[in-house]
Amino acid sequence: MDANWHNEPTDFGQVGKLPRPHNGGAATVLGSLNITSATTDESLLDLPWHIALEEWPAKNLAALPRGISRHIVRFAHLSGSVIAIKETSEHIARHEYHMLRKLQRLDVPCVEPVAVISGRHTTDGAELDPVLVTRHLKFSLPYRALFSQTLRRDTLTRLIDAQALLLVRLHLVGFYWGDVSLSNTLFRRDAGAFAAYLVDAETGELYPKLSNGQREYDLEIARVNIAGELMDLLEGGLIEDKVDPLATSERIMDSYRKLWAELTEKESFELGDRWRVNARIRRLNDLGFDVEEFSIKTTPDGSQIQLQPKVVDAGHHQRRLIRLTGLDVQENQARRLLNDLDGYRADNNPDLDEEISAHAWVRHVFEPVVRAIPRELAGKLEPAEVVHQVLEHRWYISESQRRNVPLAEAVQAYIDDVLRHRRDEAAILLNPDDKTARLLAENSLDNENDNDDE
Amino acid sequence: MATVTFDNATRLYPGTEKPAVDKLDLEIADGEFLVLVGPSGCGKSTSLRMLAGLEDVNSGRILIGDRDVTDVPPKDRDIAMVFQNYALYPHMSVAENMGFALKIAGIAKEERAQRVREAAKLLDLEDYLDRKPKALSGGQRQRVAMGRAIVRNPQVFLMDEPLSNLDAKLRVQTRTQIASLTRRLGVTTVYVTHDQVEAMTMGDRVAVLKDGILQQVDSPRNLYDTPANIFVAGFIGSPAMNLLELPVADGGVQFGGTVYPVPRDVLGSAHGSTVMLGVRPEDLEQAPDGQGLAVEIDVVEELGADAYVYGHTEVNGSRHDITGRVDGRTPPKAGTTVYVRPKQDHVHLFDTQTGLRLGGNAPAAPHASLADLDRPLEADKA
Repeated sequence: MDANWHNEPTDFGQVGKLPRPHNGGAATVLGSLNITSATTDESLLDLPWHIALEEWPAKNLAALPRGISRHIVRFAHLSGSVIAIKETSEHIARHEYHMLRKLQRLDVPCVEPVAVISGRHTTDGAELDPVLVTRHLKFSLPYRALFSQTLRRDTLTRLIDAQALLLVRLHLVGFYWGDVSLSNTLFRRDAGAFAAYLVDAETGELYPKLSNGQREYDLEIARVNIAGELMDLLEGGLIEDKVDPLATSERIMDSYRKLWAELTEKESFELGDRWRVNARIRRLNDLGFDVEEFSIKTTPDGSQIQLQPKVVDAGHHQRRLIRLTGLDVQENQARRLLNDLDGYRADNNPDLDEEISAHAWVRHVFEPVVRAIPRELAGKLEPAEVVHQVLEHRWYISESQRRNVPLAEAVQAYIDDVLRHRRDEAAILLNPDDKTARLLAENSLDNENDNDDE
Repeated sequence: MATVTFDNATRLYPGTEKPAVDKLDLEIADGEFLVLVGPSGCGKSTSLRMLAGLEDVNSGRILIGDRDVTDVPPKDRDIAMVFQNYALYPHMSVAENMGFALKIAGIAKEERAQRVREAAKLLDLEDYLDRKPKALSGGQRQRVAMGRAIVRNPQVFLMDEPLSNLDAKLRVQTRTQIASLTRRLGVTTVYVTHDQVEAMTMGDRVAVLKDGILQQVDSPRNLYDTPANIFVAGFIGSPAMNLLELPVADGGVQFGGTVYPVPRDVLGSAHGSTVMLGVRPEDLEQAPDGQGLAVEIDVVEELGADAYVYGHTEVNGSRHDITGRVDGRTPPKAGTTVYVRPKQDHVHLFDTQTGLRLGGNAPAAPHASLADLDRPLEADKA
């Protein structure tokens, strides 16, 4: 199937229709710009599109480590957020833009496409490559930011597991990636694990259903690329020598296959073992999936049942948390918060309606913790991640002090003993002189005592 | 090294009625550089992916050498997809960047080094093996990426529009390098592009596809000189061939004020009272006033030695665009009307109903090997 990007004609001639004050010299070259975008962020027009990306002035750029890419990629400030800009051919830019939009509609974790800008010219009239603009994911980390000399071994396996889960989700919706790698993925903290997001859909295609060959080849690409990326980090002295790139990259095959089998495989059992239907549903729920549709067949003599999940949907815990509280967080964070919410209900008023109890939990637990975080520390971690970590910390100090530490006391201890000493993850992008950003830019995240997975 | 055979290979996507690739019959010789070309949706990429093992084959077979690989997983087919990912790793040397996949495949250090050295020699990268990718030019980086595929010693290289994200200059340069390199290596290569110029300049043979059906496979020269049908005639060549539906007259085809002579047996095989006449821009010549077709010149594009002349004419009350290539020193002026006719023996005639070439000379079926290009074809014999 060839790329078909003509089916979404969202182009509009913006020039002259949107207010564009004090733009001076750039105005003449803006005349021919062609912007394809689902949103109309007029400040897009204020960026220096008439300059080759490599030569953009520092004032426009956000200090963010550049990953490994075959294209020129830069990060820039736009209306209070950060955007990633990639110079490429028009065909590729449009293909990727529409692919990312489709993936978003399919609810697969990926970066948000902002615009395709073509028709760029320098003030001398020389042609410049079109660009794809995507919004940078707040609180997300490139894999290189997660590897350091003090990397805990299990951080690596969690990253790989997150990557495997992402690949399974992509394959379930029929997306063949074609270039699976850690470089093409961003990671967000997710209550002790990671949530992976697709960043680069350039080589990807959507199909009604993937063949086994396509899935296997994606896995093979993942294995080779991850091994290559880890070898590169080893070579650069960015991870400890004990890490085995090959064995680590093999893990994605294993992790992917187990998950794929659980989500898609047929199982047969005796008619009397009907409890296995519920058991399968529970296992899928534990993995974070809901079953939207099962295929259940019986043998002609009626003695055997054949069960196969047909439509599964990621985000089991996310959806339950949203339904109960309106909080939209990552899957594992949701699982963690739901545990606390359920515990809160059991401790306080087990007979209370679930929704009412959830409302009380938000008012008495979630919101007070988030509000207690001093403004200057708000950029350290996402609110839901902070609440998860506070709950962990409370459990930890309660156990070590052999008493039930009150929430308020735990929050204060967490702020003073943990949060204050973390690096600023939202601001990695926003403060160019931040120590971490500098270290990242130099690709040497050493000497950072970083409690990655607390 | 190996031959590649598509044996009636068909790919039907679930929920569709028309196959994306319909009974593809194609034999690619050992060491041949074959280009699959056609417009968007013609099935060229699907065919390549079937060979790669990324698409299920619903009927028919695919063979690499004598081995039926129809149901073999991609990684066990001994093929290399070139440029799948050519991002280079910054901390690894050029040699390591080229050889890391061999390390993953468990190949011993000495052999890895040997293969990398050989590839580097071919790619003119020997002096750079210890450097980091940062120190390389764009073209050199591209060659390192190519080296990654070469060191694997695959039986077949598969390339799906590998040059599409390069700028124009690097594209032309890399095109030449790929073509010469794969020939020196002697590795069978299947290359997909939508760009007929790329196809014509690179391929030993070019297979033209449309709507999942193979239209013609032949050398670039034969495709140009004897297109098998109207589609190939219009697709191959830039600017495109002029195609005009004209009435059959006594002893030939009515070409404006003149009759272009055509042997009776050729015209006799045509269905209906018209034929499609094709003439390439360089095969039009100026005729005395009143003879041939009257063409009003719209635009003249001067290229130095030559000039392209774009105009229009009327045939049976409908307007047709006409392109001609003329001597650059004396081109007609825009706005004037000139009379043109085809040079003798330089027209292509097609049946308006079937679209097929009239008068023979157009091989339209696969060849078994490069050496057999002049041999009578299987399909012709049948």
